[in-house]
Amino acid sequence: MVRHDEINKHKLQICKELNPRAVNVDLQTDATLQVDISDALSERDKVKFTVHTKSTLPNFKQNEFSVVRQHEEFIWLHDSFVENEEYAGYIIPPSPPRPDFDASREKLQKLGEGEGSMTKEEFTKMKQELEAEYLAIFKKTVAMHEVFLCRVAAHPVLRKDLNFHVFLEYNQDLSVRGKNKKEKLEDFFKNVVKSADGVLVAGVKDVDDFFEHEKTFLLEYHNRVKDSSAKSDRMIRSHKSAADDINRIASTLHSPLPLLFSNSQKIEARVAADEDLKLADLLKYYLRESQAAKDLLYRRGRALVDYENANKALDKARAKNKDVLQAETTQQVCCQKFEKISESAKQELIDFKTRRVAAFRKNLVELAELELKHAKGNLQLLQSCLGVLKGDT
Amino acid sequence: MSLCHFYPSLVIKFFRVCVCVCVELKMAASSERSPPPFPDSEEPELLEDSDEGADAFTGTSISEMDSPSPDSTRPPKDIFNEPPEDIFSDPLSNINSEPQKKVDAKIPSPSSDEAVDLFSDPLDDDSEVMSSPEVQNPMPDLLNEPVEAPKSDVLGEPPVHRDAARQQDVFEDPPKSSSKSSSVKKAASSEMFGDDDDDEDLFKEPPKVVTKKPQPSGPPVDVFTEVKSDVKVKPQVKDDPTDLFAEEALTAPAPKPSAGSSSSRTNGVHSEEQDLFSEATVELSLDSPRNDRKNKDAVKPSVSAPAAPVASSSSKAPSKTLKELEEEESEDKFDLNISITNPEKVGDGMNAYMAYKVSTQTSLTMFRSKTFTVRRRFSDFLGLFEKLSEKHSQNGYLIPPPPEKSILGMTKVKVGKEDPSSAEFVERRRAALERYLQRVVSHPSLLQDPDVREFLEKEELPRAVSTQALSGAGFLKMLNKATDAVSKMTIKMNEQDVWFDEKIQDVENEEQHLRKLHVMVESLVNHRKELSGNTAVFAKSVAMLGSSEDNTALSRALSQLAEVEDRIEQLHQEQASNDFFTFSELLADYIRLLGAVRGCFDQRMKAWQRWQDAENMLQKKREAEAKLLWANKPDKLQQAKDEITEWEAKVTQYEREFERISATVRKEVIRFDKEKARDFNRQVIKYLESLLHSQQQLIKYWDAFLPEAKAIV
Repeated sequence: MVRHDEINKHKLQICKELNPRAVNVDLQTDATLQVDISDALSERDKVKFTVHTKSTLPNFKQNEFSVVRQHEEFIWLHDSFVENEEYAGYIIPPSPPRPDFDASREKLQKLGEGEGSMTKEEFTKMKQELEAEYLAIFKKTVAMHEVFLCRVAAHPVLRKDLNFHVFLEYNQDLSVRGKNKKEKLEDFFKNVVKSADGVLVAGVKDVDDFFEHEKTFLLEYHNRVKDSSAKSDRMIRSHKSAADDINRIASTLHSPLPLLFSNSQKIEARVAADEDLKLADLLKYYLRESQAAKDLLYRRGRALVDYENANKALDKARAKNKDVLQAETTQQVCCQKFEKISESAKQELIDFKTRRVAAFRKNLVELAELELKHAKGNLQLLQSCLGVLKGDT
Repeated sequence: MSLCHFYPSLVIKFFRVCVCVCVELKMAASSERSPPPFPDSEEPELLEDSDEGADAFTGTSISEMDSPSPDSTRPPKDIFNEPPEDIFSDPLSNINSEPQKKVDAKIPSPSSDEAVDLFSDPLDDDSEVMSSPEVQNPMPDLLNEPVEAPKSDVLGEPPVHRDAARQQDVFEDPPKSSSKSSSVKKAASSEMFGDDDDDEDLFKEPPKVVTKKPQPSGPPVDVFTEVKSDVKVKPQVKDDPTDLFAEEALTAPAPKPSAGSSSSRTNGVHSEEQDLFSEATVELSLDSPRNDRKNKDAVKPSVSAPAAPVASSSSKAPSKTLKELEEEESEDKFDLNISITNPEKVGDGMNAYMAYKVSTQTSLTMFRSKTFTVRRRFSDFLGLFEKLSEKHSQNGYLIPPPPEKSILGMTKVKVGKEDPSSAEFVERRRAALERYLQRVVSHPSLLQDPDVREFLEKEELPRAVSTQALSGAGFLKMLNKATDAVSKMTIKMNEQDVWFDEKIQDVENEEQHLRKLHVMVESLVNHRKELSGNTAVFAKSVAMLGSSEDNTALSRALSQLAEVEDRIEQLHQEQASNDFFTFSELLADYIRLLGAVRGCFDQRMKAWQRWQDAENMLQKKREAEAKLLWANKPDKLQQAKDEITEWEAKVTQYEREFERISATVRKEVIRFDKEKARDFNRQVIKYLESLLHSQQQLIKYWDAFLPEAKAIV
């Protein structure tokens, strides 16, 4: 059996070397609060992230400190943002996806079981591959969690959130528990109501052209990004299986070719991995981000509807001359809320766009460069191999 | 491409020749004295050496030759003194003395033809060598000659000679019956061989020599049987009044230029290396990849040295035939080009069939014209196979199997109108048929078959019947049944021939190996197709995303990305079909061919079985005779005696048949291995070139995209 810890140890080491991180969103750096994940450890079914903070803000006791956090705590932080009415006017940075090692764990298990039936070379090779795969997922997970924290830390309002500070500083378990069944059910209903309501709210014609435009754009954009993301995933998956095939061919061949094939496989696999990192992850991130932006618009739309309803109620109350004061207060609260949301939302959406364009630019340039690099590498490999085959002419 | 190949292969071939000659020399010099221990790693070392030799050759050889060690003068003496002594005891001795004269006589013969020029060079050297053993430069001359024909001949011949010398007892029959010319040839070459020894010594590669030595001394037993058959075959041909030309055609595998006789001999010499070659392509790997590559390269030269047969035959042939020989040389290069084009659906419904245009281009005189075309349908191809296997498979010939019949695929073609999968099916079959036919005609003996000629030339062929049983699953079943039956026999048959024992094992392993590989390549093809499809979908999706993006530059970049992905999709698709046609189909072909090779082994085993049965019968008859003698029944005794003589004759006949079939099978397998190595090499290069091409395209596409991405503001 292959022991998990063995692989994890491996991971740990490599994770430390993970310096130029695959952060796929551009963030303005602010010296007053810097957050990163310096380390991560995978244990059985959990991943423990070491969150490292460097800050000159007065409400932290120290300038530099680290805490260990788990994925659930990230989710808790995210949910606390979402539930906070104060932040209704902001795009809440999307929560990081759950670490999913099931597939490679399963493979690892199978590998352990099949250990006896394989030759030693095959086994080592398979193990290495699996480890590489595991590591790639691991790195990605870490990067996603880090991006979330960085986004929050860079946000002018969210960075001041108390929960966030607790998350960063409190050096013991936050003892957040996962949601129980009842809560999950509630969440589900909430979502159903929300989406139904969302359709209703979306149908309301906006008074502001900017928001009207953003709304139609985001709706369309979100769907397209969703589509692209799914398609890119499929593309990359088949690319990976093609690379796997090449690899298996390489292990079956015995001649000068295995060298070529295994190298070519490495390149092909790297192409797939880079596409995954630069393209699929970008699309996935913007899938979630556009969802967050959509949520913002929903909240604004909701506020708008509330405001209009409050206006109507006030009109009615005035006509009947009953409960006018109460209606007026409600109307004013709704108005304020709406105004506040509209104000911050406009800025948030503009920021979103700038961020998006910058991120796409960065990733697309990197993607093209990496593709070029790999293709050139492959070309060279093929040329040298052909040279050898043709007898060094 | 082929040109590029040709040159280096010549060089390598040359070195092989040198090494081999060297080995032969040493053998001649010392085999009678004390055989050195058998080194373990002979093969890699040899190859390595021969390669390094290539570099060092032009540079150092001369200087090395300048300082001949005292030993260098000895080999010639050995050659001229020792071997004859050895040989005198056997029937070959007279042959040996005769050729020397002949060769000597030929040296002064003036020559205008190129071939003769080339040819006479070494001979001149010979004479020099003979006159002064301390000649400084005989080798460089040879070296600079682009054609190493005579050498390769030399390479081919000596072992035979040696073997013959050593294995006199076994050999006794054939040499006697062999014609003068062949023996002359042998002797002539031995003569040259002696000289080359000289050269070799000047070269001074003693370590190599030592390591290499065991090789030739290992296989002689095997080689011998082959030689025997050669010798047997040749006189027949010679007696045939037709002319030299026909003989060439028969003895020389027409398309693959080495003359049958000499090449087989070469094979004999290299038989161990050949084993390796066979694996070189697929199985090798045991050692460093470099070795394998060298092996591959080394195979090629022996095939692609058309000059060899010419030189060898010219040495024995009167000068008037030189022209003919030259002709033959040129034919060796492009004797027969067969292409299958224009698949066409004939008829409608379930009676429809595909007809293919079979075009032949040839300069062989056995055909009526230089170019001709006929239309053939698939069952005609199967019919050809059937006819050929009926006639030749019991002789141990390797009949290239035709592609399998695919009822599903054909039904699709029959029913479906214009659908890409049936178009692919037709193209796949067309290519497979083309390769099949090319394999048939590249077989020296099959090319001579009237049925093959008829198939290529005759307008109308009688409709092939009952090909059904042969095709597809039926054919496979038949093969498997045969294999099973034989595997039972295998237990009984105690293989005395190590070569066959190993070879059978090799073939089986290789077949398994290829099957595994084939499955993987198929899966690669499928995944690539999938990738291509997914890329296309993604490209569309990205284009949509781009259209909804409100930043102009980003939108533009996204639609550019969509375009790039679209093109990449095309590339993946092309690559998938390249994977399939150059790689997967090659493997499928060789899986079938290896099946056919196994069939050859089966035939040999059947022959053995017959022989053994006859032996047993003879034994029984003898016992019966003894009983009769004892029982004193003279009336039946005569009958029993007659029976015994009858069975004795049968035993001898079957034994001879078995030996003949063994030799043929061995020759066929060696030929097959050579062709396989060449085929794989060629296809792999083709395949890699296709990969290279797609990578180049990829670079182009991304290069064009990069500025677009950078332009996003």
